[in-house]
Amino acid sequence: MTLANVIEWLVKGLVWVLILLGGFAYLTYYERRALARIQVRVGPNRAGPWGLLQPIADAIKLIFKEEFMPARADKLLFTLAPIITLTPALVITAVVPFGPESASFQLFGRTITWYIADLNVGVLYIMSIASIAVYGIVLAGWSSNNKYATLGGLRSTAQMLSYELALGLSFIAVIVLANSTRLLDIVEAQKGMWFAVLQPVGFVIFLIATLAEVNRAPFDMPEAEQELAAGYHSEYGGMKFALLFMAEYDKMIAICTIAASLFLGGYREPWFLRDTVLGVDQTPWLGPLYVFIKVFILLFGMIWVRATWPRIRYDRLMAFGWKILLPLSLALVFLTSIGMLLAEQVNPLYQWGIPLASLAAGFIAILGMYQTLRRKEYARA
Amino acid sequence: MPVLEPIVELARGLWTTLRSMAEKPVTVQYPEQKRPVKPRFRGRHVLKRYDNGLEKCIGCALCAAACPADAIFVEASENTDEERYSPGDRYASTYEINMLRCIYCGFCEDACPTEAIVLGDNYELSFTDRREAIYPKEMLLEPVPAGGAPTPQKTEPGKFTRSVPEMKDPAD
Repeated sequence: MTLANVIEWLVKGLVWVLILLGGFAYLTYYERRALARIQVRVGPNRAGPWGLLQPIADAIKLIFKEEFMPARADKLLFTLAPIITLTPALVITAVVPFGPESASFQLFGRTITWYIADLNVGVLYIMSIASIAVYGIVLAGWSSNNKYATLGGLRSTAQMLSYELALGLSFIAVIVLANSTRLLDIVEAQKGMWFAVLQPVGFVIFLIATLAEVNRAPFDMPEAEQELAAGYHSEYGGMKFALLFMAEYDKMIAICTIAASLFLGGYREPWFLRDTVLGVDQTPWLGPLYVFIKVFILLFGMIWVRATWPRIRYDRLMAFGWKILLPLSLALVFLTSIGMLLAEQVNPLYQWGIPLASLAAGFIAILGMYQTLRRKEYARA
Repeated sequence: MPVLEPIVELARGLWTTLRSMAEKPVTVQYPEQKRPVKPRFRGRHVLKRYDNGLEKCIGCALCAAACPADAIFVEASENTDEERYSPGDRYASTYEINMLRCIYCGFCEDACPTEAIVLGDNYELSFTDRREAIYPKEMLLEPVPAGGAPTPQKTEPGKFTRSVPEMKDPAD
């Protein structure tokens, strides 16, 4: 490790953090605009052309707001909690590659690649950082000295614990398919076919679990307005609230980048464009653009789901996580492993048994949902 | 298949919201675009004039008496043929409505014997000061119609003799 190396990491990290901060600001704009269109409204269109300066106006307002702290709050933790929440959201995407090795460029005699860290246990890094994020939320809830905030924080922990298992197991299916935990290898392994096609139910589980992980609707129990005021950030205002808000939206961006890398081929082109000019092997600089498009579409999915589905009841949330998602993702790990083993030992065509088995398992899970989670006949009357 | 019904319902919900994105937004871009008010809308008061420019208000203060919020203050003075404001005996030399008190009930309209006060279409009442909320006569009085002369007018003696001017159709 030389000084030049350290400087390169610092600069890359800083650039990516700045992109995330700008991305957060414009994600709020994107969400407000998309939600407004779904609700047959226009959305913010006053500040600047098409309302594009709205996030900046919001930022200025939040910065100049009074820093308020509840009288009997734990001052140290109350101040630290937003920082603890934001940091994992910013560092989690360090291992995600945004372009192929062939898109690297020369700058000051150094080869600059399109990722910050090339970790050979990238997926494990993501898993561990993702679980740290909940500390900030719990501490924010607890240090506020407010029962609603505390309840929000506790709910967040319980939800995170329950859905992290399913999330981790859906990661394992990807690791088995790619035969590596390094994200560059995982992305390159999707050259022939996206893992979202090879493991459709695994992808759906990943999406559901990440929605729960970032506390988005329909799993936004920690900040359920009707029950908990604003949940863990009830007592926060001004810039501290902005940090918590930023963490939430940066987590959304991060999780969408990860989803794009693990299941949708990351910087790789869609598999059917592989040998055309639009392929990343032919035009390497298209890589970051593909990541951006995929993240944009996934983010729209999150906003769309928020605009559509009502919040799930807390006991159902837990029952769904433990009784349906966990067994299903465990089954998917076994099915994927068997499929890969057969494809390697007997005939590569057995690979196509994986999506079929995955869909069958998904159907059984829906059957299980119908049996256990449906409102019972006696309750309907 | 009843088992798949919940999934189908979720998908139908998503389809409904996606379809609504194609609809035309119902938003009215307010300061640039204004929706016309309903015919019976009760907005800010207007003091009417006759076609010749004379004020309809004769300063009787029946509106002030009828006002449940005590928002109206009227002070009357005598008309002369040299300086005539209204066709009656007297006119309102001071006419103030406190827009912070007014509840836009329209009782003043009903009480007015000469149909001088009418609740108009203007709903853009904003002020930054309590004092600005009191609208004086100059702000309430409608502009002089075409062909009329501004008040006070000089009129020939003996033309306006009634204390309350004659109305063509009092039931109107």
